[in-house]
Parts: sequence; structure tokens; C-alpha cells
Amino acid sequence: MNKQDILMEIQHLQQYFPAGGYGKNKRVVKAVDDVSFAIRRGETLGLVGESGCGKTTVGRTMLRLYEPTDGRIIYDGKIIFDSGKHPLQNPDGTPQRDGNGNVILGTKSAVDMLPYRRRMQIVFQDPYASLDPRMTIGDIVGEPIDIHKLANSKEERRDRILSLLERVGLNSEHANRYPHEFSGGQRQRVGIARALAVDPEFIVCDEPVSALDVSIQAQVVNMFEDLQKELGLTYLFIAHDLSIVKHISDRIGVMYLGKLVELADSYELITKSAHPYTRSLISAIPIADPKTARASKRIPLQGDVPSPLNPPSGCRFRTRCPYATEQCAGECPEFKEISPGHWAACHNLEQVN
Amino acid sequence: MKEKLLEIKDEYLSFFTPAGEVKALNGVSFSMEEGEVLGIVGESGSGKSVTAYSLMGLTAYPGKLVSGTIRFNGHQVETMTEKEFRKMRGNEVSIIFQDPMTSLNPVYTIGNQIREVILLHTDKTKKEAQERAKELLELVGINEPEKRLKQYPHELSGGMRQRVMIAIALACEPKLLIADEPTTALDVTIQAQILELMQELREKLGMSIIMITHDLGVVASMCEKIAVMYAGHIIEYGTADEIFYSPKHEYTKGLIRSIPKLDTEEDERLVPIEGQPVDLLNPPKGCPFAPRCASCMKICLDQMPPKTELSDTHYSHCWLLQKDQFEEGGRGL
Repeated sequence: MNKQDILMEIQHLQQYFPAGGYGKNKRVVKAVDDVSFAIRRGETLGLVGESGCGKTTVGRTMLRLYEPTDGRIIYDGKIIFDSGKHPLQNPDGTPQRDGNGNVILGTKSAVDMLPYRRRMQIVFQDPYASLDPRMTIGDIVGEPIDIHKLANSKEERRDRILSLLERVGLNSEHANRYPHEFSGGQRQRVGIARALAVDPEFIVCDEPVSALDVSIQAQVVNMFEDLQKELGLTYLFIAHDLSIVKHISDRIGVMYLGKLVELADSYELITKSAHPYTRSLISAIPIADPKTARASKRIPLQGDVPSPLNPPSGCRFRTRCPYATEQCAGECPEFKEISPGHWAACHNLEQVN
Repeated sequence: MKEKLLEIKDEYLSFFTPAGEVKALNGVSFSMEEGEVLGIVGESGSGKSVTAYSLMGLTAYPGKLVSGTIRFNGHQVETMTEKEFRKMRGNEVSIIFQDPMTSLNPVYTIGNQIREVILLHTDKTKKEAQERAKELLELVGINEPEKRLKQYPHELSGGMRQRVMIAIALACEPKLLIADEPTTALDVTIQAQILELMQELREKLGMSIIMITHDLGVVASMCEKIAVMYAGHIIEYGTADEIFYSPKHEYTKGLIRSIPKLDTEEDERLVPIEGQPVDLLNPPKGCPFAPRCASCMKICLDQMPPKTELSDTHYSHCWLLQKDQFEEGGRGL
């Protein structure tokens, strides 16, 4: 992958949340652990996984809505966060070395985010909780314009708001109404208009259609696609519904318990999935076709997802994996490229396939 | 002819709210035979849960049955008193709710909650009830049932709680199990486990199931018959194959079109159903779907379309079908 094409990159990103206790008894939730991937300019990267796997945390940490506990975030070639613990990387992914062959670590840094907030935005999952019930739609969409001082006069502000509302399929009379007057689909449109208000280039879509009815879902998904085409946006599309993610994404990453386990082109991921978790995830999707559904075989997973407070040693999936061996308990499998553009983290790929 | 387990005829049910009458059900009729699995699909507010709750006498205030008859397992449900309902619920018909988090009582142990149903509906002693509770947990695939019976709901995961809910629902071997979005709050891999379990139990115990969901994928794999609801009407009813392979109502067609395909390389653009869901306070005069329908005609805005029988098991309410039949018949007006 050419470095110039990359808009957003995370390296060894880690997010631990404190979960009570002092000193020796201090406990942490390992929400995201050593996750690295890059998003190309203009593409949609889908991120799927079950609840609690850390997909939302990756999206929020990437925007530094949560301060990462470790790792590096590079946006458009500039480092916006660095914990200073990991070597800088060459364009081919190898660590940078000085004249004596020692690796060069990054310098600990965290930049001021305000100028970057204009370039990266987020659309939240729940359109009921993410809009202030006491603000009119016009003010909700206008708030980012005020914060970033994007309008010089009241008229300009109003025109901008109205054109944003039109862009997402609402009209000017909606500007003076309040969120409770709208249906779920319409509210999600307001959330999208708010994200678009600052002309961003990168949007994290955090389960934007999960709360919507099926017939409305398709409307909103189509709108995301149209906006991407018109405005050249780059998306990180987070969802647990693989069929929606497959539809909208160029590439898909699968997460399990804080780790990225597989990453590939979306069609490849569905048809030639390598990791046992991805396989059972795909087989578990209910198919809306009675004949195929009756004929298809599920690969049932035993048990539940373990607690991220105390994840299993080695490969985190081993407790539910039908192929688990002793090696899986001892070492954490490396996330490696198994064919061009297809990455997976598993010790026993040959046996699985 | 075999006796029907459930027969609902022309049910009208409204919620009398301060803002006005919300017509939740507008003439719902369907019947079920013993051992059948019926799926009710529809968007939020289409009346799918209200239909099922009404036959258990669980309609919440300010909702009221306006007219219609419900016959279930020999009972005339619309005339039943609360006392009679209490006897029937949990015994002949039981329900699994969407959210296992909120439907179990957090201050009682699992065992306590399962035993309660058994003691209430049978003459079993406490000891026998304990044995039965253990059997039930084994039946729904929970390991170490003895330990689990002493635990509280918060100590179990979501999938496990839903299994406990199913165990409670099955405690008295009901004739009919109503599953109200039983897997919506669960992850896909857990959803697959629960659906598998329900199918297994159904084969083992031979009960009927009403499966309420908005997920067409769930009904495709589980149900024999499917009722599609929109704004308090069953707008189409048929076998799973009829609904999926020859949908006749424009709304059903739209629903099926708007699901993204998983196994195609090129992603075609989704075909959404345009417009917004109906406002039940001010429902449209004619067909409720007319304002969103691409092939809406003049008559659709004016009159509710009558039932068109397409086969013994398949019917739909749409003026387009009436028109087809009329043209086929070749009769003049």
C-alpha cells in the first residue's frame, strides 16, 4: 500500500480502561489491545465484531475522543498521538533504524486536536441519545459551524444549515423543530448533517443504522454512499451486521475481544475467510432465503465471549475455537499477511483451511 | 378439520392516549394450528407485539380491545377475567421477551424464579419443583444447573439469561410459546445458538411458536407461515416460500429488496422503501402503505383494499391484486 494513499493509520493502538481497585488490586478492561491498520483515502473500511469486542472504542480512540493508553495515530502523514514506546516505521512496515542499527522510537507527543476536528467527524449509533433534546435541529447542525467559526454572518450560517439539511434529505422547515418531532431515520439524517457541517474528509460511522427499521436502513445506507461519491469522504464503518458492512465497505476488519483477527477485501473476507472466528460469524448470519437457510449449516460456537477484564492468555479466541492447540494458549498469534491484502492472526491456518 | 389452536377474528385494538386514539390494530385476523411456527414481521409500531400481548391479556393501559374475537385453546379470550388469565398464562401460553436483562427479577435467584412458575401452576412440592427446575436448565443447555439455580441474573451473560427465560417459559409445557424478538438484543453467534435451541425444543415438545421479529433472516430459517404487518394490518400472509419467493404486496417486496446480499461480488445499490413510517395517530384514509408505495393508484388513497386470496395459504391486501383478478376475470363493470 502506497503511504501517500493512506489517510488514517493506527499502530499498536491500545486502550485500557481502569475498572476499580488500587495498587496491586488495580484492574483494567483491555478494550483494545495492540491493533494496527490503515485506511486509504476515499475508501470505506468496515469494522465488525460482537458487542464488547472494542470496535466502537477503536473508532473513538482513533479520533482521540478517548486518549489512547499506548500506540501511535497518524492522520494524513502527521503524527497526532504517539506514546513513544514503539519504533517508527518505514513505508514498508519495517522499523526505522539509525546508523548503528538501533531502532528509533517515536517521541512522545499529542497535538492540539481543534484543527483536526474539522477534518474528522463521527456519526453515533443512537439517534435518540446523541441529539440534545432542548436544541432545535438548526442549532444542532449549526453548533459545529459556530465552534469552528465557519460562517461570517447570520445569513451565511443560515444558508449553510439549510443546504446541509437539504443534502441529507430534510427541508428548511425542519430547522426550527426539535429532535422529538422526528422519526429514527430522520434523526440519523440530522446526525449526519451535523457531521458534515465542517466539511470533513474522514467520518467514523459508529453503528449508524443499527437502531433503524429495515426499510429505513437502506435509505440511510444509500445516503452514506451518495455522500461519499459527491464529497470524496473516507469512512470507518462500524457495525455488527455483516451483511450491511459487506454492502458498503471496500475492506472489512473483524475484531474479537480487543484484537483485530482478520482484515481483507470485503468479498474475499466473506467467501475466503481464513480465521475460525470469522467463519463462524459468517455462518451465524440468518439468511433471508428459506431454501438456503434450511440447507445451510451453522458452525456453532460454544459458550460466550470471555470477560475483557481477564482475557484468555495467548490467542483470545482459543476458549471457543474448535482448532485450539497448546500453542494457542502460550503465544499470541501474529497478525500476518496470508495473501496480498489479506491479513489474519491464527496459529493453525493450514488446519482451518 | 383439525381444531385450531388459535383463531383471531377482526381484532381492533386502540390506545386511548391524551393525544388521541392510536389505532394499533385495525382488523387483524389469523389462525394457527397445533405445532405450527408462525412468524410475525413488521417495523416498530406495526402492531406485532400488541397482537401477541392481547391474546395473553397483557395489553398495557391505556390500550383496549375495541372489537373482535380471540379463541385460544378453548378459551374465549376477549371475555376472560384477570383471574382466568392468571391461570392460563405460564401454563397454556407463555412468552419470552426481547430483553432478558429487564425481564428477570434482579433480587431473586434463577432457581427461585423458575420454581415460582412450577409451584403456581402445578401441585408439585418444593422438592419436586427444585428437581424440575434442574431438568429445565439441562433442557435449555445450561451447564452445572445446580450451581446456576443459586445464582442471580446479573451473574449470567445475555445468552445465558435468555436460556433461563426460555426455561421459565417452558416450565409448564405450554401449548403456545410467544417469542417477542427473542434474539434482537443478542450477538449473532449467540443468536444462532438460541435459534437452534428453540428449534430443537419445538421438535422435542411439539409446541406452537409465534415468532415476533423485524429480521427477515430469523423467520426464513424458523417459520412455516409468515404474517407481514404494517400499521396494524396484516397486509400479507403465507408460507415462508410464498412470502420470500412470490411476495405480492408492494411492502413485502420492498422489505425483501432492501436486504443487502452477502454472496455477490459487485454490490448493487440497495432499493429502499421511500418515505417515513406511518403516524398511527393520523393514519391515512385508504391503504396505510399508499403514501410510500411506488405503484399507488387513486383508489389506494381512498379505500382499504379487500383481501385477495392467492392460494389456500396465501393472501394479501392490495388493490393491484384486485385489479389483476378483475382483468383476468374479464368482467365489465
